[in-house]
Amino acid sequence: MIQQVENPALEIHDLTVSYDKKPVLWGVDLTIPKGALCGIIGPNGAGKSTLIKSIMDLIPLNSGYVKLFDQELDDVRKKISYVPQRESVDWDFPASVLDVVLMGRYAQLGLFKRPRKADRDAALSALEMVGMDKYAKRQIAQLSGGQQQRVFLARALTQNADIYFLDEPFAGVDAATEKAIIQILKNLSSEGKTIVVVHHDLQSVETYFNWVILLNLRLVASGPTSDVFTPQLLEETYGGKLTLLSEVGELVKKGGFHAREKQ
Amino acid sequence: METLVEFFTFEYPNIKYVVFGTILLSISSAVVGCFTFIKKKSLVGDVVSHAVLPGICISFLASGSKDPFLLIIGAFISGWISIVVMDAIIRNTKIKEDAATGLALSVFFGVGILLMTYIQHSGNASQSGLDTFLFGKAAALVGVDLLAFSIIAVIVLIVVFLFYKEFKLVSFDPQFAKVIGLPIRRLEIVLTSITVLAVVTGIQAVGVVLMAAMLITPAAAARFWTNRLSRMLVIASFFGAFAGISGAFISYSTPSMPTGPWMVMILSIIALFSFFFAPGKGIVVNQWRRFKIQRQLLEENLLKAFFKIGEGNNDYFKEIEANDLRLARAFSSGQLNKGLRKLNANGYVERVGSAWRLSKEGHDKGKRITRLHRLWELYLTKYLRIAPDHVHEDADTIEHVITPELESRLEQLLDYPTADPHQSTIPSRH
Repeated sequence: MIQQVENPALEIHDLTVSYDKKPVLWGVDLTIPKGALCGIIGPNGAGKSTLIKSIMDLIPLNSGYVKLFDQELDDVRKKISYVPQRESVDWDFPASVLDVVLMGRYAQLGLFKRPRKADRDAALSALEMVGMDKYAKRQIAQLSGGQQQRVFLARALTQNADIYFLDEPFAGVDAATEKAIIQILKNLSSEGKTIVVVHHDLQSVETYFNWVILLNLRLVASGPTSDVFTPQLLEETYGGKLTLLSEVGELVKKGGFHAREKQ
Repeated sequence: METLVEFFTFEYPNIKYVVFGTILLSISSAVVGCFTFIKKKSLVGDVVSHAVLPGICISFLASGSKDPFLLIIGAFISGWISIVVMDAIIRNTKIKEDAATGLALSVFFGVGILLMTYIQHSGNASQSGLDTFLFGKAAALVGVDLLAFSIIAVIVLIVVFLFYKEFKLVSFDPQFAKVIGLPIRRLEIVLTSITVLAVVTGIQAVGVVLMAAMLITPAAAARFWTNRLSRMLVIASFFGAFAGISGAFISYSTPSMPTGPWMVMILSIIALFSFFFAPGKGIVVNQWRRFKIQRQLLEENLLKAFFKIGEGNNDYFKEIEANDLRLARAFSSGQLNKGLRKLNANGYVERVGSAWRLSKEGHDKGKRITRLHRLWELYLTKYLRIAPDHVHEDADTIEHVITPELESRLEQLLDYPTADPHQSTIPSRH
């Protein structure tokens, strides 16, 4: 069940990606409509984060292409916001909460320029949105996991983007934070922004998302939650990995092949 | 004293140049070192400082002159090559970062020493002085050398000033930096280049072997004093500059004392001092805090013992022998003596012959601790469903932590109770 849409916010065409020479995503081909609040669902090791990272051009593609608003990534970077996994940075870094949130404005500022008053205002109002305005001066090492995630979301909010990619924003955060974050995401979505979230709690999928991508090394399904979030498709996603696919992947790695022959 | 005045009035222009040069070199190393430090690439400085040696030798062999600019270019190129080689090893082989670092360092340094030995034995008249790079010689920082190295140090500082925001983001979260469209590859190249340049200039003062200390020590020391990158850069620069001046002064005032090693010595002393005494992170400060808490616990436990005995006697102000306190709670005799003396000094107990008696204030304090202890025991049994015979230990700790505000909330939550789970009376607040 892969539903394609006209005039999509995100288009992924025939995407194949390898990690350490082993293919981890095979031929993913999908489109997401504008304004969707979309969850990427699948078991551990299914390639969910890999999919987001390859959309963001953080890992090289073996084949295929990604388009955002029908344009190349480099042409629309200012409309994109990315919230990496919390564990991807060292929270012992010498910076305050405000310092980190201000980083969201660096792209708008351009090289050589220091953050202006307006950028501080934007950062503070983003902090207020995530309920962290009282912590602006706090050293980031002193934050709890949920607070760190809120800070990362605030940094993304300062970018005023049109499409947001969040990698596991609910992993290891408290219930109050999860609730606050999903509310913010729903508000953004109702303003017409597109949101893509890596998620793995099946319980909350139906209440959180209106579009679902089921992923397990290959694309199982992509479409409106009510069509895609069905027992059969979930069974297909979670019911054991395709052992044949994994074994072929291992062979590709061992033999030193490339997942796609170079033309 | 005379030497001090003589030194700082710059009576001899030579001193002025040497001091100026060492300060500039120290600051540029310290600033760049902050970034290698927060990127957890501290050993890169060590690799580069050893790896510039072959570049210096080759450029001397090729040109036959000691023109500082030519030597710097040679040093810069071989320093860069070492980093590229190191990254290539990590990326393309199974060798991990630590081994790759060791490999690059020793191989490049080995080649450098080999060339240096060859030059020394080739009888080239102008070779004397080339070995200042090996051990550094800040006093030789005069004339065109000083000019060359100062220019580079200033360039390094300007680049950091211009790219501060970008370097910060790339160091903290390179993935995010890439997604928002920062040219991270080019920024990394710039950052690596100024690291190499800072090393190339710094080794003039301290030599290849001690160079890593010039990069990393000011940053490591500064990190103890602040949680902001901008302040860390300033503090590290200050430490570097201070070490520069001090090193120059020591070598000026005491014959046969080298500048560079003294700079490193002073930096090490600053780092050690920070390690022990920096507020919030220093070991001594933390130890002192722990000591004060220990003392508070002892005093409060003693007052609680007084109160408990008084409760049994139905007279809180009767004299109590020190040994009787040990029946209420296992105090060592050392603790008992120390604690009672302290309580006496603070007016919580008074001495009556060989015995002790609570003062009014001591009684109130002992009562409060007992009260908190019993309130907390009740809270644990009621809200955490812990069996009454398991709550004592926990309450023994928590009684010292609870603030008056929490006390009120606890009381309200438990609906102003009068007895704890063991049916002991919870003493009233007043």
